[in-house]
Amino acid sequence: MRAITKVYGAGEAELHALDGLDLAIGRGEFVAMMGPSGSGKSTAMNIMGYLDTPTEGAYLFDGVPVEHASREQRTLLRRNFLGFVFQGYNLLPGSSALENVELPLAYRGTGRGERRRLALRALDRVGLGGRAHHLPSELSGGQQQRVAIARAIVTRPALLLADEPTGNLDSARAREIMALLVELNRDDGITIVMVTHEPDMAEYCRRQVHLADGRIDGMAIAGAGHAA
Amino acid sequence: MLLESFRLALQAISRGALRSLLTVLGVTIGVAAVITMVTLGQGTTQQVSTSISSLGSNLLMARPGQISSSPGGSGTAAMFRVADADAIERQVQAIAGVSPTDSRSVTTVAGSINRFTNVIGVDNRYFSVRDWTIAEGRAFSEGELRSGATSCIIGAETARQFFGSLDALGQTLRLKKMACRVVGTLEEKGGSTFGASQDDVILLPLRTFQRRITGSESVTLIFVAAASENAITQVQSDITSLLRERRHIGAGEDNDFMVTDMRQIASMAGSIMGILTGLLAAVAGVSLLVGGIGIMNIMLVSVTERTREIGIRLAIGARGSQVLAQFLVEAVVLSMVGGILGVVIGLALAAGIAALLGVPFVIDPLVVLMAFGFSALVGVAFGYFPARHAARLDPIEALRHE
Repeated sequence: MRAITKVYGAGEAELHALDGLDLAIGRGEFVAMMGPSGSGKSTAMNIMGYLDTPTEGAYLFDGVPVEHASREQRTLLRRNFLGFVFQGYNLLPGSSALENVELPLAYRGTGRGERRRLALRALDRVGLGGRAHHLPSELSGGQQQRVAIARAIVTRPALLLADEPTGNLDSARAREIMALLVELNRDDGITIVMVTHEPDMAEYCRRQVHLADGRIDGMAIAGAGHAA
Repeated sequence: MLLESFRLALQAISRGALRSLLTVLGVTIGVAAVITMVTLGQGTTQQVSTSISSLGSNLLMARPGQISSSPGGSGTAAMFRVADADAIERQVQAIAGVSPTDSRSVTTVAGSINRFTNVIGVDNRYFSVRDWTIAEGRAFSEGELRSGATSCIIGAETARQFFGSLDALGQTLRLKKMACRVVGTLEEKGGSTFGASQDDVILLPLRTFQRRITGSESVTLIFVAAASENAITQVQSDITSLLRERRHIGAGEDNDFMVTDMRQIASMAGSIMGILTGLLAAVAGVSLLVGGIGIMNIMLVSVTERTREIGIRLAIGARGSQVLAQFLVEAVVLSMVGGILGVVIGLALAAGIAALLGVPFVIDPLVVLMAFGFSALVGVAFGYFPARHAARLDPIEALRHE
């Protein structure tokens, strides 16, 4: 994945959530997007996640322009290349951890047995192999977020988008989640873009992008190992 | 994927069991009402047609007067005479028997019991033509018929009404001022035609009837049994032309009598019952429609409540069509559950009412299938709009929804 340029200018009286943002994210990167609320980081995330389309500008995914993809095409792109982790976990409350993780595979049409196998492996990967049949309400916040991460990586996505993944967690749990994300980035080669407003969490990322008023305000490079 | 949707639907439905139950109540009542109405209607139709065919399906009836005038009532058309019946028997081909009759309802007394009974003047040809069997005693003797003796033969129901468990043979019944002795009883036929039991009847020799009851030579109804079903139409037209000749009706003049075929009556009764059943079923169908609207309502509420869930599903790769399928299947499952309940309740209700009314309980698998299929259709029709609404939600908006 390379050469992403995004310009988002919403109509006349509209809010310019993104105002000529240029951002390139390379394969295997772990990028933190930071900025105050209203800086456009969530909008950028939504466009990257094909949940939204830019008003203007180009978005190249793996060299392919996708900014004009239809709703249906964007769904297929999401399904095949992306994983999502949200601040509020967003697990289905009535379904077990395993069923939640199986869900994206079900929508892809993966067979039942294969689905189970992959979902269990993903749960193992996040350290929740023993809790596959618990309901989300029976799990702690940190565990729920791990289930959500397992759900995001079960399809082996090219890009994992995490929107304030640690926002609802205490600092110890948050560090565990960040360690897990770092591991996934390093060992499994999953590109991760994370939105956060907590500098502590951004420290874990190799690159930090600061947004303000829909533009890039600054960048910082840090090694995952050393402090910036 | 369909199986998946089905499982999901059952999960969602059982999660709100009470609400689901109330939702499907409309469909349940609709289906139950349709099934009850149609089943009872068909039972009644069958009963009417069996009782009509028990009168004899090869039977023709000739009566004076026209459709508008009641037999014996209007003075314009001359009554038949026994000679007319004899002429039919002699001159019309392909008939199995002819029986001239006249009848009245007469106050009949035996001991302390006093009731109106249908009294028919007949001769012995009546038994074979109308397919009656003597249960006990005997038919009329030649002497009784010729002399107009005061003997009578009574139906099983009449015997029960007047004599209970006593042996009716040799007992005396008083008809008007005439006392008559019971010489025979009829085998029970069962069933009723338009409310009156055909087993509640007193048969008198025709001559006795004419002298003592009516005081005339009149014959108001001639039964003719055709030799076969195929012959009925020919026999009917032969009788008509013979009677026109005997009654001196010129060409171009209308008949002043009617020759009716039991099959016509049977089919007429059948079509009346069919229309009634259809009307009742249509009314019941309206409640199915109302039930469908109930389902649409609850599905819309459900979509709103589960907006966040829909957002999650869309974000992790559910296509609009998959979300559509999920909610559509849910609506269909919901309405089919209602349909199944309705079929069960409807059949139980119909069985109960049928037993109460003494109507045969006829299950028509086609009707059950159709009512059930229609309930599923209601699910599709009324579930589509809410499901489409769900499928078209914006994932960002949906995720933000609390």
